Amino acid sequence: MAGEFGEQKDWLWRNPDPKPSYDMLVIGGGGHGLATAYYLAKQHGITNIAVLEKGWLAGGNMARNTTIIRSNYLWDESAAIYEFSLKEWERLPGELDYDFLFSQRGVLNLAHTLQDVRDSIRRVGANQLNGVDGEWLEPDEVAKVCPIVNVSPEVRYPVLGATFQPRAGIAKHDHVAWALARALDSMGVDLIQNCEVTGFALSTSSTSGARRVVGVETTRGRIDAGVIGLTSAGHSSVLAAKAGFRLPVQSHPLQALVSELYQPVHPTVVMSNHVHVYVSQAHKGELVMGAGVDSYNGYGQRGSFHVIEHQMAAALELFPIFGTARLLRTWGGIVDVSPDASPIIGPTPVDNLFVNCGWGTGGFKATPGAGFAMAHTMATGEAHELNRPFGLERFVSGALIDEHGAAAVAH
Amino acid sequence: MLLLTCPWCGPRDETEYHYGGEAHVPYPEDPSALSDQQWAEYLFYRDNPSGLFAERWSHSGGCRRWFNVVRDTRTYAVHAVYTAADPRPEIEVNP
Repeated sequence: MAGEFGEQKDWLWRNPDPKPSYDMLVIGGGGHGLATAYYLAKQHGITNIAVLEKGWLAGGNMARNTTIIRSNYLWDESAAIYEFSLKEWERLPGELDYDFLFSQRGVLNLAHTLQDVRDSIRRVGANQLNGVDGEWLEPDEVAKVCPIVNVSPEVRYPVLGATFQPRAGIAKHDHVAWALARALDSMGVDLIQNCEVTGFALSTSSTSGARRVVGVETTRGRIDAGVIGLTSAGHSSVLAAKAGFRLPVQSHPLQALVSELYQPVHPTVVMSNHVHVYVSQAHKGELVMGAGVDSYNGYGQRGSFHVIEHQMAAALELFPIFGTARLLRTWGGIVDVSPDASPIIGPTPVDNLFVNCGWGTGGFKATPGAGFAMAHTMATGEAHELNRPFGLERFVSGALIDEHGAAAVAH
Repeated sequence: MLLLTCPWCGPRDETEYHYGGEAHVPYPEDPSALSDQQWAEYLFYRDNPSGLFAERWSHSGGCRRWFNVVRDTRTYAVHAVYTAADPRPEIEVNP
């Protein structure tokens, strides 16, 4: 295979066949799966592990998101894990010796109604108490940060101000995946692509009746492991069903799009909850835009056109300059949305089987934090303080972390 | 854009409808008798299959009535439309 590509020799990772058994398995070779394996190997010294990916590495939501990184969430539990992630985004490129093109150009979250303004100012206060950088900007200050935003009071939903987190930004998602994959490979971790998990091998205790995972069935044969982590985003429910339990998530299509390449016009990231679009300009020059999920459950990696139309209308109201821009490409990913729009990281009803899911529309920014917390949980059997509030038990106890709306964007 | 056929109004664009999630989830007969775990399952847990899914839609931009649809969540093809009073129709599952 390699020969077909002529001169290229420096492959970043091997393409090994699966071994019959490992200490641990991570199911899903996206950003979160790679990050989980990375912290297992780097932080906990567990390197006899494999990442199983049904397609190719980082070809799911990792290749389909809008790469926005920020930590300006309202609730303490969310701010903790997203701010941890942001600090890792600042640190990891050095440790991995790989430029993520992490550009800390800041994010503006626009407010268009009096309630938006009140919620935004409250969130800035909460952020500052949690050590997350952020400030409230009046419309004229918004225009200084991003001159192409229309702050005219004449539009249907005028910009009444915005929160600004200067340390937020965007990164190159492929670089993140390649950097992690290269590091994992060099530590001896097997990255196994084209390997779909088709079932779980479970053993049932004759005394307690508890079920424990001992391995998986895959399209490339049976693989045994003592501990298994599910990091499969939109397909988490499908895999959980194979292991005999349900998760409180629903999978929806989430669409995004890019324009053709333009000269730099957009210096930051702009998100609007109310007219509902988020926009940045990628390093190459495409305007990258996204918005909310399609309403219905779907695994088709595509959604309905009217959702795109709605987000274009929002983009044009905020950025009249985009009126002459041309669409290059739209796509969809499958996001698993939880009832409180917060993730689920922790044990499952099956012993030794852990899950990291429910990130919904916001998983990319959390890649390092999710991987760190999941690896800690898999390695020690105990939740880290970062993910202790994010277990499945919160849906029974009622201790929800309700980021719907609070998170500065509608999900 | 989905094209859904309201049982009362006929075929209309998806934008006339509002999604209601999984169908056939009855309110518990005796809610106070449920354990916290059972209440959590009623409140927060829904099936999420990749394949045929029975779901609720409301014709919110038309007659405002609720009805059920069996739709394939992989292809988005609609296999059946029926009223909330009807049982879920048997449909051959395509592999």
